[in-house]
Amino acid sequence: MASMRDIKRRKSSIQGTQQITKAMKLVSTVKLQRARANAERSKEYFTCMYDTVNSILRRVGHIEHKYLTPGASGKKAVIAITSNRGLAGGYNSNVVKLITGHSEWNREDLCIYSIGNKGREAFLRYGYEVKNCNNEIVESPIYADAMALSAELLKAYADGEIGEIYLAYTAFKNTVSHVPTLLKLLPVEVSGEEEEKSEGAKAVMNFEPEDTDALDMIIPKYVTSLIYGALMEAAASENGARMQAMDNATSNAEEMISDLALKYNRARQGSITQELTEIIAGAEALG
Amino acid sequence: MADKNSFLLRIITPDRVFYENQVEMVEFNTTEGEIGVLPGHIPLTVIVKPGILNITEAEGDKQAALHAGFAEILPDSVTILAEVIEWPEEIDEERAEAAKERAEERLRSKTPETDIVRAETALQRAMARIEVLR
Repeated sequence: MASMRDIKRRKSSIQGTQQITKAMKLVSTVKLQRARANAERSKEYFTCMYDTVNSILRRVGHIEHKYLTPGASGKKAVIAITSNRGLAGGYNSNVVKLITGHSEWNREDLCIYSIGNKGREAFLRYGYEVKNCNNEIVESPIYADAMALSAELLKAYADGEIGEIYLAYTAFKNTVSHVPTLLKLLPVEVSGEEEEKSEGAKAVMNFEPEDTDALDMIIPKYVTSLIYGALMEAAASENGARMQAMDNATSNAEEMISDLALKYNRARQGSITQELTEIIAGAEALG
Repeated sequence: MADKNSFLLRIITPDRVFYENQVEMVEFNTTEGEIGVLPGHIPLTVIVKPGILNITEAEGDKQAALHAGFAEILPDSVTILAEVIEWPEEIDEERAEAAKERAEERLRSKTPETDIVRAETALQRAMARIEVLR
């Protein structure tokens, strides 16, 4: 049986850890509330942009446009949004698995634009080609960051370095549910569900300037808004995931502490009994 | 809603819903020149250029500085997806003046490396801000 001192030391060390996880949980709860409010406010733009672009594309029909057909290069760019800090449960590894576990993708065809240090480390470890990105922007994303990133990607796309652009992030459904999601950014795909009923009812869309020029300008904004929306949702998901992980850690620590308290008391009882037996045995030997 | 003299105007930015109301007319600047939209407009998609946005409501006029984005115009609604837009009270006049001078300076002393398009956009933005304040 472990000595009383050992048990006591172990218990106090777990208590220390528990205090830390408890504090981290509180911090991420507060951060989560802020991030969620931000994500919800930006969601309107995100969905509106998506609807508008879809409805525009449906109405223009199938036109030849560089953003609507895959590029010549077979290379795929993937923006992977992870966090800079760990201790967030499966948050980072789920996003990484989304890409490494993709059945149709070969490692050589991919070029990872990793936002967030954890994802970057993981992709480098697996031997992927990782582009340098600003890791700071996951903390508090602003629209200008998304603009800079989408400009960089669109330039690579226009230069023919990459043929398709994907976005891997964790979608924020609610506080306890975060879904790792893979989204195709370019070429833009029209969702054909509503095509038939809207075809006849709506008049043909006009563009000022010409439709190809207009799409040239709208699609980059569309890409930017998707990236921005993903950043916001990822920030909320990260804090949600960390809150859950820390909550679990705290209750696990609680369990261990009560287990150790029991063991400690038993050991104490045992040592008292032993001492008593020794004293009585001593007294009997003398008498 | 059923009113024929008005349509739904929605202005949405990445951070919030900037404006949402029934209006009688909206005017703003596009790449093809200034445009005024009344109810029943043909479907049209336009790209925004920095300038003043003028909203005519039943109760009066409202103005804002609209800098970038695009607008989808339909007969019964207009949706402006604005990347940057500000109400007059949100504008810092001193900063706008300073930005205007900087942009003018860059255009005056232009070298081959000067990004003229960027400087011009910056100038237009600053001027739109200042104009809205007046």
